[in-house]
Amino acid sequence: MNSRVLSLVLSRLLIALITLVIVSFAVFFATTLLPGDTATILLGQAATPEAVEGLRKAMHLDEPSIFRFLRWIVGLMQGDLGTSYANEMPVADLIGGRFVNTLKLAGVTALFAVPIALTLGITAAMLRGSLYDRIVTVLTIGVISVPEFMIATSAVLVFAVYLKWLPALSFANEIHSLTDMLRIYAMPVVTLTFVISAQMIRMTRAAVIETLNTPYVEMALLKGASRPRMVFRHALPNALGPIVNAVALSLSYLLGGVIIVETIFNYPGIAKLMVDAVSTRDLPLIQSCAMIFCLGYLLLITTADIIAILSNPRLR
Amino acid sequence: MANLVEIRDLKVEATTDSGRRVEIIKGISLDIADGEIVALIGESGSGKTTIALTLMGYARPGCRVSGGSVSVAGKNMVRLSEKERARIRGTEVAYVPQSAAAAFNPAATIMDQVIEITRIHQLMSPDEARAKAVELFRALSLPEPETIGTRYPHQVSGGQLQRLSAAMALIGGPKLVIFDEPTTALDVTTQIEVLRAFKSVMKAGGIAGVYVSHDLAVVAQIADRIVVLKGGEMQETGTTQEILNNAKHPYTCELLDAFEPKPRGAAGPADPQPAPLLKINTLVAGYGPRQTDGLPLVRAVQHVSLEVEKGRNLGIIGESGCGKSTLARAIAGILPAVSGSIHFDGRELGRSARERSREQLREMQIVFQYADTALNPAKSVEDILDRPLAFYHSMRRSARSVRIDELLDMVRLPRNLRQRRPSELSGGQKQRVNFARALAAEPKLILCDEITSALDTVVAAAIIDLLKELQRELGLSYVFISHDLSTVQAICDEVVVMYAGEKVEQLAAAELASGAKHPYSKLLFASVPKLDTGWLDGLDQRPEMARAFSKAG
Repeated sequence: MNSRVLSLVLSRLLIALITLVIVSFAVFFATTLLPGDTATILLGQAATPEAVEGLRKAMHLDEPSIFRFLRWIVGLMQGDLGTSYANEMPVADLIGGRFVNTLKLAGVTALFAVPIALTLGITAAMLRGSLYDRIVTVLTIGVISVPEFMIATSAVLVFAVYLKWLPALSFANEIHSLTDMLRIYAMPVVTLTFVISAQMIRMTRAAVIETLNTPYVEMALLKGASRPRMVFRHALPNALGPIVNAVALSLSYLLGGVIIVETIFNYPGIAKLMVDAVSTRDLPLIQSCAMIFCLGYLLLITTADIIAILSNPRLR
Repeated sequence: MANLVEIRDLKVEATTDSGRRVEIIKGISLDIADGEIVALIGESGSGKTTIALTLMGYARPGCRVSGGSVSVAGKNMVRLSEKERARIRGTEVAYVPQSAAAAFNPAATIMDQVIEITRIHQLMSPDEARAKAVELFRALSLPEPETIGTRYPHQVSGGQLQRLSAAMALIGGPKLVIFDEPTTALDVTTQIEVLRAFKSVMKAGGIAGVYVSHDLAVVAQIADRIVVLKGGEMQETGTTQEILNNAKHPYTCELLDAFEPKPRGAAGPADPQPAPLLKINTLVAGYGPRQTDGLPLVRAVQHVSLEVEKGRNLGIIGESGCGKSTLARAIAGILPAVSGSIHFDGRELGRSARERSREQLREMQIVFQYADTALNPAKSVEDILDRPLAFYHSMRRSARSVRIDELLDMVRLPRNLRQRRPSELSGGQKQRVNFARALAAEPKLILCDEITSALDTVVAAAIIDLLKELQRELGLSYVFISHDLSTVQAICDEVVVMYAGEKVEQLAAAELASGAKHPYSKLLFASVPKLDTGWLDGLDQRPEMARAFSKAG
């Protein structure tokens, strides 16, 4: 590792940090644009103007928004996510358990989806033009085109309603054994795997095919290399950058974009928490959730970028 | 089996985009004895690489061997299974690619790739393989043979990579090595060293070779026998001496003629006019951010001054990276010069094309090397030529249409090509359209940037003839940029030699070889291969000198 790589990596981290600041700004001011006055909503229609005024003062709602933003961001940096408006609990406590649930679901899904997607993508590229490749391509395009709620509801209909193999709802805290866990995670994981694999398969296939067409892979063939050797020694290392990026983009979806799946399976994850918070105008909760999504996304993308930089010997 | 290689009635088919089957090799028969080097010569599309690759039992995607047999060391490569072929590749037949820069995997070290053949075929232990590789590096006179293998491909030069790829081919101890235009991408000064290294290693090992090339002079140095191909058919075959001195087939003669360009005799004496057409003075141009001294980070052109007189042509030669194309771009104002002045027809021009009037732009046109990228693939020939007519001359539609026909006549293209798109034309036709577009502006000066470099010898010679003819008819002047000495000699009156961004010397075209004084020009002129089998061996050139001037060496 030389100074050039170091400076590239550092600049990538700096960009991530700047993005985070810009997003926090956007998140805060976007949420304050939500219609309705929080104090009025909290106290109900019957509240006296004095009571509303008092609450506004207590919640610092009367201050200019820039001060509230600074107060909030300083709090965030100290690990204080604020207090929920709706039920007076610290936001950190509300999010804590839910976030772990989301991570569990995301982790299990990634564990299945990434190896499956990479295997399918790479093998499809190796057997390009074959029947197998065409089947994989048609299936991935099919899965991309079908919306996830369709997959999820069909899965519920088939496995829970008709076959009665799996529970329709996934209460994450009812897990006592491995079979419980498998039964509860099965449907959400399968649904999410469908949703995120398609993109990874297509990107992997395209990246590997592109490198398979290069003269150095032809050279490997003319050296007598076997097909697996051509793919794994010569094509894959050079396709790593785009593949890692596709994986990171797909995984980032598991953090924030799973709301439909969480709702259908009634899975207590963080996306559902955020949607609930929107309906109760719980600004601190919304803001914290949004920041967590953004942070997760940035972490994944920055990691992918850094891996891509490190895998390129021209930069190393 | 008497011969190492016996090709009998080989036929290869290719499937076109529209799904049609086309026979691209039409029944070739060829023998190669042990230790013999046979050259396959022909223009692009003649099937020379396709034939060479069948020796490894390989046909590029879309192609397939449809008939005949290719036997190498007694095994018919056409009939073998893919696994059996893989066993032969690298051990009995090895391949040296056209562009070594592209044929090395950028993500692995050179040593790993050079000894990969021994690893695939389990020929020897990695340590033995490494020792053998270092020996080969030494034999190929590579610098720092002990450590060069630890580098990545992007860390060594093109000439070195080409020799490293030869080491990669030789490590498995093959009986036959296929060289696929291995020096085409190199500068002449580098080419000599690479050729020399190839020749000595092949002779020392008694290895047979197939040398694919379009350059007769290069082939004359290394091959025992020459096979001339055209359109997938063998035109003529014979020993190198026979082909060079006693060619019978008209196509071979055409190739030989194209190599010996007719010198530009018709050039009259210099016009006594005092003011030259183009005069540039201490021009500096480059790329990258401006430094504190106001100069760009990379100064590709440094303090170049030159003059072009009316009706006369100036050649600019030098190897890749010497700044000749940047100079053309700076003169045309595409890349504004940082300092220096450009006078055209007596008036000073703005450094940037934006500061020049439409009339000034019209009078000086530039033609680029790759017609493929210079012509908009979505427009027809008619539209391409119509644009400058409307832009510079504001002609009416009917007048433009007449003029387009005239332009096509001028560049000797049939009028019925008007509706075609560039992708439907051949390389030579595209370059003619590219040139006609410049002519449409009715310029006084045309900057030709390597316009014949991407073309086959015979086609290029035809373009040069066209340029000369148009000059006589229209009184044009050319600034002709090329790395190819013979083309420059064929069309120019004066030649400027550039090296590392600077003008080294200016010479009259007739006395290039004899009049050169600067050591770099001498080296450059001495490096151009001659149609003489003994040229390379008889060359008394000090390698240190070549290395001193060659970034690539």
